[in-house]
Amino acid sequence: MSTTKPVNQKAWWLVLPVVICVAFSAVLPLMTVVNYSLQDIISPERRVFVGTEWFVAAMRDEELHGALWRQLTFSLAVLAVEIPLGIMLALSMPAKGWKASAVLVVVSLSLLIPWNVVGTIWQIYGRADIGLLGAMLQKMGFDYSYTGNATHAWITVLTMDVWHWTPLVALLCYAGLRSIPDAYYQAASIDGASRFAVFRYIQLPKMRGVLMIAVLLRFMDSFMIYTEPFVLTGGGPGNATTFLSEYLTQKAVGQFDVGPAAAFSLIYFLIILLLCFILYNWMQRVGTASKEGAGHE
Amino acid sequence: MARIDLDLAHSYQPDPRQDADYALLPLKMSFADGGAYALLGPSGCGKTTMLNIMSGLLAPSRGTVRFDGKDVAQLSPQQRNIAQVFQFPVIYDTMTVADNLAFPLRNRKMPEDQIRKRVGEIAEMLELSGQLGRRAADLTADAKQKISLGRGLVRPDVSAVLFDEPLTVIDPHLKWQLRRKLKQIHHELKLTLIYVTHDQVEALTFAEQVIVMTRGKAVQVGSADALFERPQHTFVGHFIGSPGMNFLPARARGRALDVAGRTLALPPGLALPEGELKLGIRPEYVALTAAEDPAALPVTVAQALDIGTHVLVTGQCGELKIKARLNPELEAPRCGDTAWLRVIGPHTCFYQNEELIP
Repeated sequence: MSTTKPVNQKAWWLVLPVVICVAFSAVLPLMTVVNYSLQDIISPERRVFVGTEWFVAAMRDEELHGALWRQLTFSLAVLAVEIPLGIMLALSMPAKGWKASAVLVVVSLSLLIPWNVVGTIWQIYGRADIGLLGAMLQKMGFDYSYTGNATHAWITVLTMDVWHWTPLVALLCYAGLRSIPDAYYQAASIDGASRFAVFRYIQLPKMRGVLMIAVLLRFMDSFMIYTEPFVLTGGGPGNATTFLSEYLTQKAVGQFDVGPAAAFSLIYFLIILLLCFILYNWMQRVGTASKEGAGHE
Repeated sequence: MARIDLDLAHSYQPDPRQDADYALLPLKMSFADGGAYALLGPSGCGKTTMLNIMSGLLAPSRGTVRFDGKDVAQLSPQQRNIAQVFQFPVIYDTMTVADNLAFPLRNRKMPEDQIRKRVGEIAEMLELSGQLGRRAADLTADAKQKISLGRGLVRPDVSAVLFDEPLTVIDPHLKWQLRRKLKQIHHELKLTLIYVTHDQVEALTFAEQVIVMTRGKAVQVGSADALFERPQHTFVGHFIGSPGMNFLPARARGRALDVAGRTLALPPGLALPEGELKLGIRPEYVALTAAEDPAALPVTVAQALDIGTHVLVTGQCGELKIKARLNPELEAPRCGDTAWLRVIGPHTCFYQNEELIP
């Protein structure tokens, strides 16, 4: 016997505040962008509906392809450097006592500096005439110049990001490490595990959750990087450090091509969403499903 | 596979001055090869400290730990070749059950075919065979603890296997099963097993020799029978048994003993030192007797509980309480009655300064 649940449609009213908030904070701004992306606005009075024309144009834009590749390479480089470095840093940080507190403060310092200031710091730091780093490299015989050499510029932007954000990864990993009970280390020592085995079978699996957050955060943030390279190199030399946000801004604000810029920002949004989805699912499976096969050897 | 001799003291403080600063007071103890031992005592008595010193997780502040005569006090657990199982299950999340069990063997570079054979045997013993291919992280707490036990037992050549209250997280009925399993494994593998617990039933059923500890001191080492019949220390009398031993302050005067204002006759052949001492008798050996019996005390019955197998009577004699386990087939005294309880007999023990008078 099934009892029918009473249905009260008035309950929908309770959801209304959330719907309104989300509408104003996310949906409406997004719809403006959608609106721009489908029209050619010639003047405030004249606008033409162009359908998917801007999207097609954006997809075929060679410069944009370049920016996208640079962006992907940069984000992957950021992850490849910052995640292992952050883990190593966390592993070497003291676990307790005043040293732990002191190290935590020192490590978090760079996280407290605003983005544009980070850019300015590195701009001065790297200058060939007066910068500590730039001048020193010059003296040592390297012809270092982040304004003239594309590779130098790219490496400088990467180093700057590593300097700025590795502490975040380290702090997350540190929190993960501290939550491992002592008994695990004791058991591993009894079982005769090597230092590497302790890392591979205890520390790394127990850090899985925080590492996932670290990877996603660093991926999303670095994929949207704007301020620091803008301050440091302005996207140059040439377009060597023109990443997606930079390119988008040039189009939307610099050239006032609102239509193509809007179309492209929607594509941009979808790319981030898609990549995060793939990353998240992949990491969910690493360490849970992956070993199932190994069990049936 | 080794005889273990301890002669040590340990303090967690750098500069211990008094007895209370020590987690383990100076002690000497030996564990024979192939024996089953239990360390029994209340929380904080130093039993886990002692275990960790034996396994090498902790170095003693001073003294020696000898395995077959060789001092290993400063060696790591790996170098000592010892196994230890902890209170809460420790498993390697990313590995299967089989890989978990094989881990201690792989770390010691045992050939893969021998590992497979050994893991199969241990899994069989612990009834884990059906789950060997499963990921260890997906199992229940019971099964995880079985894996921990398995990792402790899997190495055939260990000096000893140490258990630190390993059945705390296990269901009562399974607990009983696993305890029997451990006993069986002890018979089959002939390993030295040392088992820490605060549960006297667990200790007495598992071990051939029980070491009772309190406040950093081992107060008695003996079989279950010895602990029950002749507690060497009043603590053992209190701690073992349910309820524990009755202790009555007494004063010896030649052939007579003053207890609670009455003068009792001592049995012939028993000589006690003059002065203050304590009379100890198990509730099991307290018996009802006729009025004015020279070995008995008059009590007012404060409580009489029928527990089925026996009647637990609490009698008040002045300030003193005496507990007795009486046969339910006899007529038990009722609350408020006056009864005579015999406290001196062949099972009565006498204590001076908390130590048994031999």
